[in-house]
Amino acid sequence: MSKNTALLKCSDIYVRFGGVMALSGVTFFAEKGAITALIGPNGAGKTTLLNVITGMIPQSEGSIEFKSRDLSNVAAHIRSQEGMVRTFQNLEVFSHMSVLENVMTGAHNRYNYSVLDSIFKTPRYFARETECRDAALEKLNFVGLEKEWSLPALDLPYGKQRLLELARSICGEPELILLDEPAAGLNSRETKNLGEVISAIRQDLGITVVLVEHDMELVMSISDEITVLNFGQVIAKGTPRDIQNNQEVVEAYLGSED
Amino acid sequence: MEGRKGVISLAVFILAAAGFPWILTNEYYISILILSGITAIGVVGLNLLLGFAGQISLGHAAFFGISAYTSAILTTNYGFPVLAGVIIGIILSALVAFLIGIPALKLKALSLAMATLGFGLIVYIFLNETITLTGGPSGFVGIPRFNVLGYEFYSDLAYYYLVAGALTLVIIISLNLINSRTGRALKAIHSSENAARVMGINVFRFKLFVFVLSAVFAAMAGGLYAHYLSFVAPSSFGFHASLQLIVMAILGGMSSVWGGVIGALFLTSMPEFLRMYEELETILYGLILILCMMFMPQGLVGGLSRLSGYIADKLFKRRLK
Repeated sequence: MSKNTALLKCSDIYVRFGGVMALSGVTFFAEKGAITALIGPNGAGKTTLLNVITGMIPQSEGSIEFKSRDLSNVAAHIRSQEGMVRTFQNLEVFSHMSVLENVMTGAHNRYNYSVLDSIFKTPRYFARETECRDAALEKLNFVGLEKEWSLPALDLPYGKQRLLELARSICGEPELILLDEPAAGLNSRETKNLGEVISAIRQDLGITVVLVEHDMELVMSISDEITVLNFGQVIAKGTPRDIQNNQEVVEAYLGSED
Repeated sequence: MEGRKGVISLAVFILAAAGFPWILTNEYYISILILSGITAIGVVGLNLLLGFAGQISLGHAAFFGISAYTSAILTTNYGFPVLAGVIIGIILSALVAFLIGIPALKLKALSLAMATLGFGLIVYIFLNETITLTGGPSGFVGIPRFNVLGYEFYSDLAYYYLVAGALTLVIIISLNLINSRTGRALKAIHSSENAARVMGINVFRFKLFVFVLSAVFAAMAGGLYAHYLSFVAPSSFGFHASLQLIVMAILGGMSSVWGGVIGALFLTSMPEFLRMYEELETILYGLILILCMMFMPQGLVGGLSRLSGYIADKLFKRRLK
């Protein structure tokens, strides 16, 4: 059943960095409309998988299908135009831009107009810019940053920069959003709020979520499906309850007794 | 908000540019302003590349040179109308930038610096060595004055307004581009290419676009330069000239279109005023650069706006008392 409704299908992904095998034969699905978590100890290959999915690095072998379309060898910006965005583990907020401009950049291709439209400030320019700005303000409102819209992005405290990245990512109205450790560096209150925002992104905006995260409380509370990676291989898949009771997963995190 | 500030700055600039010749009536000052304005056209373009998109070009003077020489040769040796010569020069520069940009812009930071440096040197050597075509190191003389439809910009005052008009056009185009999705894409590329890609921005295409656009502005400046001085020599378009353009962009302030204008005006006119100190000229020049960068790391525009903010603050507080 799962194979038919999956929005994202990664099949048999191998990534070699020199002699190191970062991913060996990873198969990973994200169901449409679900929150699928990807967990595993440090160095398991979670971020590498995200990099491969979004086209930041090429896979050595394997294929990536999104909306039943093969995107294995397609450039990163085209994958984004197809409706796939991500956030970064180390914040990649655009400096030298205001909070609002950051979010507007997220809708780069949604409110399109040509270079000549900007140079001559045509009616099309004003119409699209207004639409873009309204959409960006709406998204800022969605994540709770509406008061900070005019600030330079780097003036935001860390936790709010995380929310800004979320707002920027959803401004282009993607179908899939991949979050790389969105709770890293957040305190427990901020993490709880983040969990609510992520749930709302799936619930209210209907965006499919792939979540790479170390905070198990967050993962267990909002995920529908969990895939566990260890040393570049999938060691378990299942619901949060399955995963919590899986002996191999416990060993991967805590080490085995013998 | 950003837009209104831009409109006010633009209005102030146009008034100042129109008024300068009434204040500085001396022919000598006018000629400095003309050269400053021509340089500013190139620096504003370079700033789009360097300050906004974060891509360096250490060979930018080559684009000045390609266009200056193309137009000079076509008009002087082949009798082309000046406007046609300048336009062909601009097109040729754009074409060269396009062809060089395709491989070069795949490189990053220092590698890109080296590649553009190499390109600049090649153009410089070419201008020096093809003596039958360019006149070689001793230069190319007898270039006609800029003229359009029979009107010759013979007086320096007329030429000044021509340059001021061209500079205004370049500033407006740049400001409009910066306040658009193109500007946001360039700034995004500057801070994180990967994040820009994730937003669906075709990073390479925007880099190539801004590289070609900055070459077009440089080429405009090159044409205006050749048809003003009526003489061009390779030394005006070598590495030192490229470096000077970068220093102007940095000194003026890279995060603003106005930075290029202020930087070019300041660094073109300053040596003229320092000339009276003779042997100390170079030392003073260096010293002023160092002091500016120490006290105004954001460049002259950043420094000036901080200063004006400070003064406004003082005045406002005093009024409150």
